[in-house]
Amino acid sequence: MPLQIQAEKKRPNFSLDVSFTADDEPLAILGPSGAGKTMLLRCIAGLERPDRGLITLNDRVLLDTERRIRIPARDRRVGMLFQHYALFPNCTVAENIAFGLHHLPREERTRRLAALVDRTHAGGLEHRYPRELSGGEQQRVALARAFSIEPEALLLDEPLSALDTHLRSQIEAQLLETFAAYRRPVLIVTHNIEEAYRLGRELLVLSAGRVAAFGAKDEIFRRPPSLEVARLTGCKNFSRARRTSENTVEALDWGCRLRVTHSLPRPPAHLGIRAHHIDFVESSNAGASDENIFPCWLVRSSETPFRITLYLNLHRPPVASSEYHLQAEVFKEKWERFRDRPLPWHMRLAPDSLFLLPE
Amino acid sequence: MAAIAPMDWSPVWISLETSVTATLLTLAVGLAAAVWRERRRGVVAALVDGIFLLPLVLPPTVVGFLLLLLFGRNGPLGKLLLEFGATVVFSWPATVIAAAVVSFPLMYLTARAALEQVDSRFLEAARTLGASEWRVFREVALPLAWPGVLAGTILSFARALGEFGATLMLAGNIPGKTATIPIAIYFAVEADDLHRAFAWCFIDVVISLALLGGLYYWTHAQGRDRWVRR
Repeated sequence: MPLQIQAEKKRPNFSLDVSFTADDEPLAILGPSGAGKTMLLRCIAGLERPDRGLITLNDRVLLDTERRIRIPARDRRVGMLFQHYALFPNCTVAENIAFGLHHLPREERTRRLAALVDRTHAGGLEHRYPRELSGGEQQRVALARAFSIEPEALLLDEPLSALDTHLRSQIEAQLLETFAAYRRPVLIVTHNIEEAYRLGRELLVLSAGRVAAFGAKDEIFRRPPSLEVARLTGCKNFSRARRTSENTVEALDWGCRLRVTHSLPRPPAHLGIRAHHIDFVESSNAGASDENIFPCWLVRSSETPFRITLYLNLHRPPVASSEYHLQAEVFKEKWERFRDRPLPWHMRLAPDSLFLLPE
Repeated sequence: MAAIAPMDWSPVWISLETSVTATLLTLAVGLAAAVWRERRRGVVAALVDGIFLLPLVLPPTVVGFLLLLLFGRNGPLGKLLLEFGATVVFSWPATVIAAAVVSFPLMYLTARAALEQVDSRFLEAARTLGASEWRVFREVALPLAWPGVLAGTILSFARALGEFGATLMLAGNIPGKTATIPIAIYFAVEADDLHRAFAWCFIDVVISLALLGGLYYWTHAQGRDRWVRR
């Protein structure tokens, strides 16, 4: 594996203890703030000193605490894109990018600068200062600068968080294009679930300094290995669960029995369903043969421009507006179709949308 | 009306030469000390801090007296210099040493504050880009801390220009050699030559105002267009 990381670092109220490998594909590192994402990147870049660890990049040892090897950041050839880009404010764009080309002869430097500007679409900005650039332009320059050292791995710390929302999808596309051409390990740290999904090929979920999940992103989103990972990947509905037969479980917090499709290797402790997987059906369709359909009452709702989140109580009308069993997310068009129907509505928790979480 | 003796302008040049040399010296040593201190914590660093700041707290006469002990014929540094056939006391270099020592804490304090203010992410970015520590300092930390360092330089220069007590102790009053403007004023007053004292005061005020005005204009002009395209 091109990049192998094993690092331990203890702080008074936080400890990082991770071990994973990355190949020549973008790896998204998802986690809430304070999970240690940035510290992890800093350990790899050589800006933070792990208590114990072993980091190798393409057979080059960057850190081996056992053998007392610690290559300084300047010799690691690991490109880092800082959260707010950290462009030198006193240098022009060209000077910023050329900072990493210092050791080259003048002609070579000019040639390489032009190539970097070209590669990151930073043309026309060369003589400007960072504070005269938009967020997207700053990011392109920072990327060009990070590439100037011909890094063997690229680390991006919240690459999109400093950008306006409407710019993000465009910049995201540019980043993906860049990653595709780069073909070396790329680690992208983010706290945004959708960003992590779109930018990474693989996904690593970091929680309280530990690897909570690591693998193919689709698999992690479809079958989160734990309650924690389910939560961190955006699942909103959970219930404690008890197995009642080969393919049925009882949802203790929702007071209902559910059919599930997957066989149960271990007794599940919890079960969950994503808010947008909850379906609504006409009550007339709800025959006895249909399973996983339950009457529900609306507690309250919250709107975004195109979607609505419905907080629902199962089996009986709500007593207080703070109490609800599940939250469902539906497009407004769909909601228009059943919003005027009399309560109770009927929700369907499709068996293949339910996931079971071990203890 | 008594004939006014022709003016001896040497104190102006001595003052300016002394202040400029002392400020350059303080700038180099103060910056080095600030960089050294930035990376250290603990008792030793705190103790050294105390020593560095002493000249700011002690009366200049005490500083002058201590320097006299240090550079005198029997002082450790004085003896060493004598080996090379050099005496510092009552020579022009003594005015520089006195002014530099007295203005050092101002340089040190402002430079340190300015360096500490530099966002460490810029320094880290430079390191990941392969820069040596010297390059990180010279091309990133120093330019970013420059307004503060410049402020420290101005303060130091002002302090060096006004230095009197320590200079008198270490360099004495040798006209044409160690007599700076403040010393010339003191001895003019003592000799009851109020015209001369007043003339020197006036010259001192003019020099100081010109200096401050020039620096204000310069830093202001720099601050306005800082880091935008010209």
